[in-house]
Amino acid sequence: MGIVGLETSSLESSRWREYAVRFLFGGLITAVTGLIAKKWGPGFAGLFLAFPAIFPAGATLIEKHEKQKKQKAGMDGTARGRAAASVDAAGAAMGSIGLMVFGVVVWRFLPDHASWAVLTVAGVAWMGVSVLLWWVRKLA
Amino acid sequence: MKEILFRFLAGGVLVSLFAFVGDIFRPKSFAGLFGAAPSVALATLALTIIADGKEYASIEARSMVGGAIAFLVYASVTSRILMRYKPRALTATLALMPVWLGVAFGVWFVWLR
Repeated sequence: MGIVGLETSSLESSRWREYAVRFLFGGLITAVTGLIAKKWGPGFAGLFLAFPAIFPAGATLIEKHEKQKKQKAGMDGTARGRAAASVDAAGAAMGSIGLMVFGVVVWRFLPDHASWAVLTVAGVAWMGVSVLLWWVRKLA
Repeated sequence: MKEILFRFLAGGVLVSLFAFVGDIFRPKSFAGLFGAAPSVALATLALTIIADGKEYASIEARSMVGGAIAFLVYASVTSRILMRYKPRALTATLALMPVWLGVAFGVWFVWLR
């Protein structure tokens, strides 16, 4: 799968403030989910385990970084930035199918198996399904 | 209060870790997979297993499937709107949040309630 690569230059443009924003939103939704579970029970709170808490921040940063890249090259970059955010959202849609599989694995296997093993297998299943879908879409 | 603070820290750390990994991958469609990483789920489920037991956590995981269906619809609609009408990413992702809420509550009402 040689079409996937690492781009460390994006880390230079990802300022620590941007990570702080994602830390804050991630921490908030996790804390709020705990409060919802206490008030309305796990059946309702579980929905928020797949709440797109940091997705808006991530898509916004991708738009900003792509725009800045184009502007450095002397172009406007607005349309390119928004197209990049759209591509990121398409990737998140594939990741969400992996998220469903994660939930099914934990739901079905957690009561009768070791917790660490189930969470590990579920995480691997999320990654495997998401990458497979991305790869199939890339080939199509 | 201590438990809420612990949840906040665990969620923040895991979300940041997945965001960091997502940031270094290219192309963007691959990096986008990490936008739907199970970061909040891992933090919540691990702490729930410790505090309330495995049965309780498994109920949360079942409902999480409903949330993930809503995420699929929300991300797909957002992608199409961004590609077609090219609004600002922040505007589109926030304005379309009711799509996630509507689908998630709909699935909960029909299947999970």
